[in-house]
Amino acid sequence: MLDVAIRKADGSTAVDLGRRAAGTTPPLPVAEALRPVLPDGLRRGSTVTVAGSVSLLLAVLGAASADGAWAALVGFPRISAEAAGEYGIRLDRLALVPAPGPGWTTAVGALLDAVDLVAARIPRGRDITPGDIRRLAARARTRGAILIPYRVGAGTAESWPGADVRLVAELGPWSGIGVGTGRLRARAVTVSASGRGASARPRSVQLWLPATGGGVDLAPAEHDLAPVLDDERPARFATDRLAPVIDLAG
Amino acid sequence: MIAVWCPDWPVTAASLDAGLDPGASVAVLTANRVVACSQAAREAGVQRGLRRREAQSRCPDLTVLPRAEAAEARLFEPVIAALESLAPGVEITRPGLAAIATRGPTRYFGGETGVLLALSRAVAAAALPGRAGASSASSSSQPVLGGADVVIGVADGAFAAEQAARRGVVVDPGESAEFLARLPIDTLDPSGTGPLVDLLQRLGIRTLGQFAALPPRDVLARFGPNGAWAHRQAGGRDDRPVAGRRPPVEFTTTLDLEPPVDRVDTVAFSARGIAEQFVLDLAGHGLACTCLELQAFSENGEETVRRWRHRGVLSTSDVLDRIRWQLEGWLSGARRPTGGVARVRIVPIEVVPIGAHQQALWGGSGEQDERAARALARVQTLLGHGSVLTAVPAGGRDPGQRTELVPWGDEPVPTRSPQQPWPGRLPAPAPSVLLDPPQPARVLDAAGHSVVVTERGSVPHPPVRFALAGEAPVAVTSWAGPWPVDERWWRPDTARHAVRCQLVDVRGRAFLVSCTLPEGSWQVEAVYD
Repeated sequence: MLDVAIRKADGSTAVDLGRRAAGTTPPLPVAEALRPVLPDGLRRGSTVTVAGSVSLLLAVLGAASADGAWAALVGFPRISAEAAGEYGIRLDRLALVPAPGPGWTTAVGALLDAVDLVAARIPRGRDITPGDIRRLAARARTRGAILIPYRVGAGTAESWPGADVRLVAELGPWSGIGVGTGRLRARAVTVSASGRGASARPRSVQLWLPATGGGVDLAPAEHDLAPVLDDERPARFATDRLAPVIDLAG
Repeated sequence: MIAVWCPDWPVTAASLDAGLDPGASVAVLTANRVVACSQAAREAGVQRGLRRREAQSRCPDLTVLPRAEAAEARLFEPVIAALESLAPGVEITRPGLAAIATRGPTRYFGGETGVLLALSRAVAAAALPGRAGASSASSSSQPVLGGADVVIGVADGAFAAEQAARRGVVVDPGESAEFLARLPIDTLDPSGTGPLVDLLQRLGIRTLGQFAALPPRDVLARFGPNGAWAHRQAGGRDDRPVAGRRPPVEFTTTLDLEPPVDRVDTVAFSARGIAEQFVLDLAGHGLACTCLELQAFSENGEETVRRWRHRGVLSTSDVLDRIRWQLEGWLSGARRPTGGVARVRIVPIEVVPIGAHQQALWGGSGEQDERAARALARVQTLLGHGSVLTAVPAGGRDPGQRTELVPWGDEPVPTRSPQQPWPGRLPAPAPSVLLDPPQPARVLDAAGHSVVVTERGSVPHPPVRFALAGEAPVAVTSWAGPWPVDERWWRPDTARHAVRCQLVDVRGRAFLVSCTLPEGSWQVEAVYD
């Protein structure tokens, strides 16, 4: 892609080939259930952070991958192919880089060159410098790719400044399972979105994630989680209040 | 075009393979139906398509043989070799029927008669293993191949030549259409499996000539591409180019290193030349490699052999990458050689015509796929082979078994088929994060003891608290199970006896835990994150 811009004498930009790709290509689709938090789909060139749930990440990737986009997961040691398939991800267009090691920034940058969706788990214990963040976001913008930084639990918003959309999952109760009876069928999850620009207004949606039989689905409006909260046991947690956060994937 | 046809080749091959006399009554059966029979059996009334019982009742001394397709191909090899000695580019339709283009040999032998004579001599000289004596005993006027008749037909197109060979005639140039026009319509598909011939007969079309007289555009519109092809055949216009089974060319390239080298980058640098040579040799024959075998030998005789399949076509740098990866693994692995690398050899395993790998016309997904593949190859070079993986659904009862990770670019084929039913696997939704290997955990009952699973797979004291390794126990709000798994109990080394449970702890996290029996140790297999 050409990074060429023609500026007029007064400083206004006449032609900007580098930006045009990001501006004019249509956004990638998202699942119908995620429309309330991502009304325009995934805009090419944007950065969307996801926190709190790997299932939410897979659900965000699902519809775009099913539509033919390439996706890469960086730093996730073992993602279930079965679960990915349930969210609609096409496995022949999904690349996994489980252990990028010290080359995290290089690997993510190289993938942003050609892969449409790059989901990268922010490595723990090693700070990504603000310069790296700016460079990766700029590369996503010029290449028309979508960068999806993921951090288990709290702190994604702070650790990735300048994200266009931030999605946070608050895990709710599971349905279908009792005490010694039933099995895990579906989980109620509240996904809230914040961000800047068009996404500045906070939105949230209640989802079944995973839904019965896998995938993501809108929880019915009358499904109210309040009775669970009234209960003695705290069944619903905001991810940032979870302590300690256990990073099982690490 | 000259067609060389061995009548009743399945019978000939099967009876030669079984060591029977060629004059005996023999029938070859597939799925209890006669697919071919010898002349003696045919005179007794045996036909294609008869059941075994019917055939035996018509010809009591019938010898029934199963079809030996491997033997058919093997025994036809001398005939092909004889044809290849006359003309390059032999097209084998199936064992028993082959064709060569007449143009080149005709000029060389000075006319078609010369070609036919040379062909008869060459085919007659090709003796079948163990049956060489039978040819002199036969009184047939046709060339005889170890007791098997060989009939030669000449016509313009391949289909016409085949029909000419079946009737043992030579059709003059330009008269193929006339020759074909008299033949019945079921010549197109003698086995009668396709719907076309049946449909044409019901439309009142009885001969190839009537079919060929139909307007080609209407035939294409009504019967599709297959019908259109049959229409061209019926009119003798199937001037398809001979695909050509060319004599195999040696594409294997070898690099000898003197003195032996023990550094990967040095070998890769030296191998650049042979990698280029390898790709260029194939490209010169209109081919590109999709699967190659790399062999490397050390000075002390150790060797590593690995097959590399690629999704696309292997370029020079791809070949070099694979040399680098394989040597990297070999020279730094547990089975490293005692000496330096003395020889590297590249053997093509699968090649495709270059034209088969073209980008999409409008630069759509093809271009995007190519770009993505290049970026992934770049990351793979940065981080080493095996750093970029692709997930393949596999078969198994545990969620961990149902996902296999395969290095990017290798063939994504699971070791166990996911299509099989796998009774006892967990129903959807699947856990999103797998733990490999499973992490130890503590599952405690109300008294604070580890939860015991009885031999019958029940839990007398239900789980109340749960803790991951190195973590304080938290309350379990709900759980399901236990579901027993008793796999491969007939093989002590791979047998696995365990129970699985799903647990939701007070923080809302859901886990799949399993308890290995009889030890009673608990571990977390997967997380519903």
